[in-house]
Amino acid sequence: MHEMSIAQNIVEIVEDALRDEVDPDVERVVVKIGRLVAVVPDSLDFCFTAITQGTPLANSQLVIEEIPFQVRCKGCDKTSQVESFVFRCPECGNVKLETITGHELFVSHIEVH
Amino acid sequence: MKIITVQRKVLKKNDEIAEENRNTFGNQGVFVINLLSSPGAGKTTLLERTISRLRGEVKLGVVEGDVQTDRDARRISKLDVPVVQIVTNGACHLEAKLVQDALASLVLADLDLLFIENVGNLVCPASFDLGEHKKVVIASTTEGDDKPIKYPNMFHVSDVCVLNKIDLLPHTDFDTAQFENFTREINPSLTIFRTSAKTGEGIDSWLAWLKSHVKK
Repeated sequence: MHEMSIAQNIVEIVEDALRDEVDPDVERVVVKIGRLVAVVPDSLDFCFTAITQGTPLANSQLVIEEIPFQVRCKGCDKTSQVESFVFRCPECGNVKLETITGHELFVSHIEVH
Repeated sequence: MKIITVQRKVLKKNDEIAEENRNTFGNQGVFVINLLSSPGAGKTTLLERTISRLRGEVKLGVVEGDVQTDRDARRISKLDVPVVQIVTNGACHLEAKLVQDALASLVLADLDLLFIENVGNLVCPASFDLGEHKKVVIASTTEGDDKPIKYPNMFHVSDVCVLNKIDLLPHTDFDTAQFENFTREINPSLTIFRTSAKTGEGIDSWLAWLKSHVKK
């Protein structure tokens, strides 16, 4: 359940970003999470809801957008999207790959009324 | 409707403290290992074996992370090396700040090698950089040989895998070749050692690897 720790970090980042807003009515908090990051969206949502109760973020929705796992093959130089955790180029089978996306975990933006 | 752009890494704070830890370790010339595994794979037993073999040659210290109790720290302190216990009180992983606080109880300048024994868990600790130089994941032959594909992130982020309890291979269905194939699919550059922390079998290669990373 490291989702709780991640949710706490998200709330801190959002509060920090809203420091200059007067009574912000936050509708959505958008976070982007790479496929390779072991975060369970439902758990994260549950934790976020739990810790924002009774705070200005209580009515906000946590939106989790997934970023696909993309690699560039160091052999054939092709870029592919990999669905599983098998680190092999789907085009040529080479295992020497460079990860382009999939490790992200960041707060993208906040939507306020 | 107004959109406030944030673009901030969620674990930025942890990553920053981890970087501070790494700088501290670098300045003091300590090689640091984050030791990871599921509960019961043999982290503490491997540590005991490693310490008793390297003592006198390499100056070791240990940070013990546990959800509850100081049982592991007491086991390690019997070997007469500096040990600090972190009790997470329920948290399933160590974070960089907990390690930073624990470092206050160690004299890093007196150490060559520091082990941080993480909480037994193959999921959460993979996401938190502690400032270590290498992540070492321990798997054991009494677990399934499919552990790497069930917990891919842990095997993907690790630098070394120690397959422990090889003395028990005759009594299990564990397929070593299959296990190694799975780990290589997930992490082709992973270094694998096969050990029995209990009997000492295979320990020499693991110790040689450790010694090659410790500053002379």
